[in-house]
Amino acid sequence: MDYLNALVALANFVIVPGLAYGSQLALGALGVTLIYGILRFSNFAHGDTMAFGTMVTILFTWWFQSMGLSFGPLPTALLALPFGIGVTILLVLGTDKAIYAFYREQKAKPVIFVMVSLGVMFMMNGLVRFIIGPGDQRFSDGERFLIKARTFKEMTGLREGLAIKTSQGITVITAIVVVAALFWFLNKTRTGKSMRAYSDNEDLALLSGINPDRVVMITWMIVAVLATIAGTLYGLDKSFKPFTYFQLLLPIFAAAIVGGLGNPLGAIAGGFVIAFSEVTITYAWKKVLNYALPDALAPDGLVQLLSTDYKFAVSFGILIVVLLFKPTGLFKGKSV
Amino acid sequence: MSDPYLIGSAMTGGYGKGPDILHDCTISVNKGEIAVIVGPNGAGKSTGMKALFGMLNLRLGAVRLDGEDITALSPQDRVIKGMGFVPQTHNIFTSMTVEENLEMGGFIRTDDISETIEQVYHLFPILKDKRNQPAGELSGGQRQQVAVGRALMTKPKVLMLDEPTAGVSPIVMDELFDRIIEVSRTGLPILMVEQNAKQALEIADKGYVLVQGRNAFTGTGQDLLADPEVRKSFLGG
Repeated sequence: MDYLNALVALANFVIVPGLAYGSQLALGALGVTLIYGILRFSNFAHGDTMAFGTMVTILFTWWFQSMGLSFGPLPTALLALPFGIGVTILLVLGTDKAIYAFYREQKAKPVIFVMVSLGVMFMMNGLVRFIIGPGDQRFSDGERFLIKARTFKEMTGLREGLAIKTSQGITVITAIVVVAALFWFLNKTRTGKSMRAYSDNEDLALLSGINPDRVVMITWMIVAVLATIAGTLYGLDKSFKPFTYFQLLLPIFAAAIVGGLGNPLGAIAGGFVIAFSEVTITYAWKKVLNYALPDALAPDGLVQLLSTDYKFAVSFGILIVVLLFKPTGLFKGKSV
Repeated sequence: MSDPYLIGSAMTGGYGKGPDILHDCTISVNKGEIAVIVGPNGAGKSTGMKALFGMLNLRLGAVRLDGEDITALSPQDRVIKGMGFVPQTHNIFTSMTVEENLEMGGFIRTDDISETIEQVYHLFPILKDKRNQPAGELSGGQRQQVAVGRALMTKPKVLMLDEPTAGVSPIVMDELFDRIIEVSRTGLPILMVEQNAKQALEIADKGYVLVQGRNAFTGTGQDLLADPEVRKSFLGG
């Protein structure tokens, strides 16, 4: 039995990737939950908004790289991020004006909005593939690791190594900063409070003189910021492929619903619940168990509950269980 | 006699394109008064009040505030003109704290609202104790106080309450009535729709009995309480 090595292996293969993936999902789910809380529909185009924002960021990154601009050990994409965010804001505001505003005027039912967002999703999907192509794009540069597995082994003398990628470190730190800023905005500023008021009770918000157009506009802008950051972080951590972002919609929605739709705190918790479920269920535990259990009990097989190909089944499973037994989610959200 | 401070005169109309609910109905309130609208279920009490607040289309008649014709204004614009309205239900932001509710009430104001918040706390001391608690966690009577407090935040020139005592216990109801009288003592005219006709008429300077969207009886609260016909039909003898 060797608990220290077991712990390091666990950290290396489960905790660190789970934290990074959870942060990315949390940022994505925050966007979904804000739209649900304020515009009152499930935005299926969110995954592709993330893809669009990431694509713009990548294009700027390539441009900066071609000019020889770099951010030292950090990825150039961070320099390009503000530009990606800016263009994405323009896109979502344009979409809102051209498409959603029409249905808001009609006071369309939420289900119609969902279908409309599905259409928007296909449009954005096509737009992204048209501009950057459907293939895999790599755009990360700078230092690849914060801690390399080999350095860690040499430092500690342990058999197991712990590697932390720069992108993972950046993901977690950015997520903390963004979430803190978002909560400060929602809870402390007049505009943020008016958004919460509008989400809570639309009629009373109107009676109080809160301007719905302004609330909607600011919501879209925040959503564009969140989506672009989440998408870029995911792309840095893994790679950028439009289809992957479309698939991300499922775990993101699962996260938002598990946490309670419309509840920002829930979206963050949900992001980590989904991420860690996915990682722990698809991880082959053989190595960790070999260290943690006495030799007699050491497993023969891989001890992998589910192949990684089936990782989406995990989100689906959690989604179904939550909808059956606690439709409002872990935190007090609106029922679906 | 000069025009009352707020008057909806000869109002006829209904919701959207639906049938008329109000028929030639007149409701008014003067400065420093409490006016109460009572009547049987479905008499159009709340509708009458909503008509004054611009929430339905009037086919005939007019609404005037301080002599100014506001018939064409939206409810939001009427708030800016100085009307405070407390809806019967969904009248607070349940997920927000008491203090945030009050802040949102004063959203349209650009000046410092902290003084008005203190005034509301002075009027409803319980709210000061619960200022950082989500309003949805309060009791029914306390929620109504939040709702009235929220409406007071715009420093309205007239306050309209739609069944403020609906769904609260009799003890709480008495307390709410006391508070309403206190608000009225600050000089604010109050127009109120009430189910509890007897108690409401006791504190009313002016009472309107509506039946099927029409003015059936109008008079001071005491007159209506003393009127044998009103007593027989609406107050249970």
